[in-house]
Amino acid sequence: MKQSAQASLLRSSRLKLWEPAFWLIAMASPWLLSSQALIINEIAIVALFAISLDMILGYTGIVSLGHAAFLGMGAYSAALFAKLVMPDPLVGLLFAMFVSSLLGAICSLMILRGSDLTRLMVTLAMSLILMELANKLDWLTGGTDGLQGVVMGPLLGRFEFDLWGKTAASYSLSVTLLLFIQMRRLVNSPFGATLMAIRDNRLRAMAIGIPVNLRLATIYIFSAGIAGAAGALLAQTSAFASLDVFAFDRSADILLILVIGGAGWLYGGITGAIVFKLMQDILSSITPQYWTFWVGLFLVILVLAGRERLIRPWTWFGGTSHK
Amino acid sequence: MLTILFDGIAYGMLLFILAVGLAVTMGLMNFINLAHGAFAMLGGYITVLLMQRFDVPFLLCLPAAFIGMALLGAALERTLYRPMYKKSHLDQVLFSIGLTFMAVAGMTYFMSSSQQIIQLPEWLKGRTELGEGAWTLGMGHYRIFIIVVCAALTLGLQYVLARTCFGSCLRASVDDQRVAAGLGINVNLVFLATFSVGSGLAGLGGAMGAEVLGLDPSFPLKYMIYFLIVVAVGGTSSLTGPLLAALLLGIADVAGKYYIPKMGAFIVYSLMIMILIWRPQGLFVRKGGK
Amino acid sequence: MLSAQGLVKRFGGITATNNVTLNLCRGARHALIGPNGAGKTTLINLLTGVLDPTEGRIMLDGHDITTMAPHQRVKRGMVRTFQINQLFDTLTPLQTLALTVSQYYGYGLQWWRPLGGNRDVTERCDQLLEQFHLSEVMNQPTHELAYGKRRLLEIAIALACEPRVLLLDEPVAGVPAGEREELLHTVAALPADVSVLLIEHDMDLVFNFAKRMTVMVNGAVLIEGDPDTIANDPQVKAVYLGTGEEVGPADEITGAEAHRV
Repeated sequence: MKQSAQASLLRSSRLKLWEPAFWLIAMASPWLLSSQALIINEIAIVALFAISLDMILGYTGIVSLGHAAFLGMGAYSAALFAKLVMPDPLVGLLFAMFVSSLLGAICSLMILRGSDLTRLMVTLAMSLILMELANKLDWLTGGTDGLQGVVMGPLLGRFEFDLWGKTAASYSLSVTLLLFIQMRRLVNSPFGATLMAIRDNRLRAMAIGIPVNLRLATIYIFSAGIAGAAGALLAQTSAFASLDVFAFDRSADILLILVIGGAGWLYGGITGAIVFKLMQDILSSITPQYWTFWVGLFLVILVLAGRERLIRPWTWFGGTSHK
Repeated sequence: MLTILFDGIAYGMLLFILAVGLAVTMGLMNFINLAHGAFAMLGGYITVLLMQRFDVPFLLCLPAAFIGMALLGAALERTLYRPMYKKSHLDQVLFSIGLTFMAVAGMTYFMSSSQQIIQLPEWLKGRTELGEGAWTLGMGHYRIFIIVVCAALTLGLQYVLARTCFGSCLRASVDDQRVAAGLGINVNLVFLATFSVGSGLAGLGGAMGAEVLGLDPSFPLKYMIYFLIVVAVGGTSSLTGPLLAALLLGIADVAGKYYIPKMGAFIVYSLMIMILIWRPQGLFVRKGGK
Repeated sequence: MLSAQGLVKRFGGITATNNVTLNLCRGARHALIGPNGAGKTTLINLLTGVLDPTEGRIMLDGHDITTMAPHQRVKRGMVRTFQINQLFDTLTPLQTLALTVSQYYGYGLQWWRPLGGNRDVTERCDQLLEQFHLSEVMNQPTHELAYGKRRLLEIAIALACEPRVLLLDEPVAGVPAGEREELLHTVAALPADVSVLLIEHDMDLVFNFAKRMTVMVNGAVLIEGDPDTIANDPQVKAVYLGTGEEVGPADEITGAEAHRV
């Protein structure tokens, strides 16, 4: 029974049944598991950050080692905004997203040219430069002590950020959901399809009329903005910003999350974030300083065995796996 | 000022020896090995251990570091790295980051996270001053040592590359792997030997550099970007490219930190970014090269 | 329609393209033949903007496009296919065509509607899938398709851009005999006002298709003319077609190919 093109295409982008169910549970989780509100908050933030990287990595094929640059930019912008301008979280969030997007626009000029290696370098260098900058401008940023004295105003004028983190978790989850909806739309759209075309075969994408560099810059700026939002959430919900927000670890963590959950699939970032954070929690309590060792080992084994296999358990023991 | 130049050259030559293995690996196997710094670190730690626990003289530790890391490199190439050549760059990055994490955490576990101090032999301590006033050239003896050793190694490498049979096999394989294999060159062996020597050199560099660069478990992560800069700017198709890039980097870093201490590492990163925007394939790539 | 004048391309010491002039009128059926290494694909790369010419000009429909970026040339109607399939391996033929048509119709920046949300796009996709016999495999990822289907998709993508000038680089290369018919039929059925430049080694196809031919050797144009003249030209025979029997549309070419320089 031949389906029409329209029916086939719409079917794959239609909302699946489990999606609203998942999000309902997610949104309710700060109340259902109120003792875990803090970690739920962290999961939401890192998931958002991971998905922002997936936009450029999984969907467009841009390898970046320095996405933490935007996380950090968002964090410091939001924290400074709250401290120096006004403590309203939502306005601060918008400001942080704007600043990160601006940074993304500047950086996008550098990632367009050159090979994968050049891109790795430049992206890594960006985050290191920003860390140095934040360190040197310690009169503004607090340097290695971090930015102190950030007091957040109540969300929407009513909901104070409480010590148990329920407001924080709900705030992060709501922002994540809102941005997720936009990103879901984007990846299923014609624009998203052109990104995937660029990822799969840049030469052909050019040959069918796609202005590759413009598209790359556009998605990079967009991704920077989303990462900035994650950074803002981080700073606002912890009322603090410190240099480690620019650290290489942050960029490596989300790479790992996308590896765990699967790149090129929005829910990959979310599942990866959940697994990663839970693993981190558990392993940190067993071996507090050496958790990076197990992360490293996991990465090595995973890559040797083949990344695709992780999300397809039936290939673990000798089944065929499609490339 | 001359002293700065001198120190910069010493630093640059050290960086070159550290990074040359990475450059050749990348040019030859098209493999982005971010774990290269781990070999350097291990070389440094071998030296520290031999000197502190077994009272081995410093000069003997250097070849020990080289040999040790060469062997480790050979073993890892054969087992872990070889399946990785065909994989995507992202996979290679993840893999080598994973190895680096393991190395860093492992060293923290075995050796503690504090800086290791190397006791240089007496004849390497001290300084000689030439000239006077603004043109004083202050040469630390250890830095002279570094320059001499690294220069000798560089000349040796250049000789091997240009004059020996192995060198031409290597150059052929860099240019075009398939054709080289078709000519009967045992590409696997070339890879193994090259990776091994590159790791050995990294180990040697780490041993020599422990006094100058510092040695602690976070070494691979701290200096990774420097090695990558040398390779990205210098290109992977020759020895002179990375050499010049390393010297440039060394001098820029030392000069920057001296004249504008507030900016420090900025100069280096910004310079690199500007160079890469201007010439994305690297500064010293010959026309038609990779 | 398309005019390349005095195109030269040098790579260091090598002159890959040596003063090539080529003119395609509207509705042209022009074949470009020559031995391997003659520079035919390089010429296509120059025409489409993948390579920049060292010297020379390219005019499309009266406009100078010599310095235009590849994607802009596509917008102006010049589309090519590739000798080695350049496809989007993780996407399905349906997605591939949908995105190509969407881009062509100007929906490339639409991020808020789903890919299947534009009726004109999906109808055109149905049409193309039908025309290229890809309907049964439209939802399979491209990397799983048989070679013949991939080749059809390769050409379908080009036609989805509704070209006014179509550059076909060895469309039937490597296609099994059974699937050639489909391809040849499609090439023959191209709209009459589209100018087509065909690179091919299959002389059957070339002589059946072409109204004019250009022979290239060592980066330069050896001769240009109508098929009969070319077929009987002694220089062409010496260099490419072979000195066996006379070559023409109805002839067996195997003997001639064996003598090919």
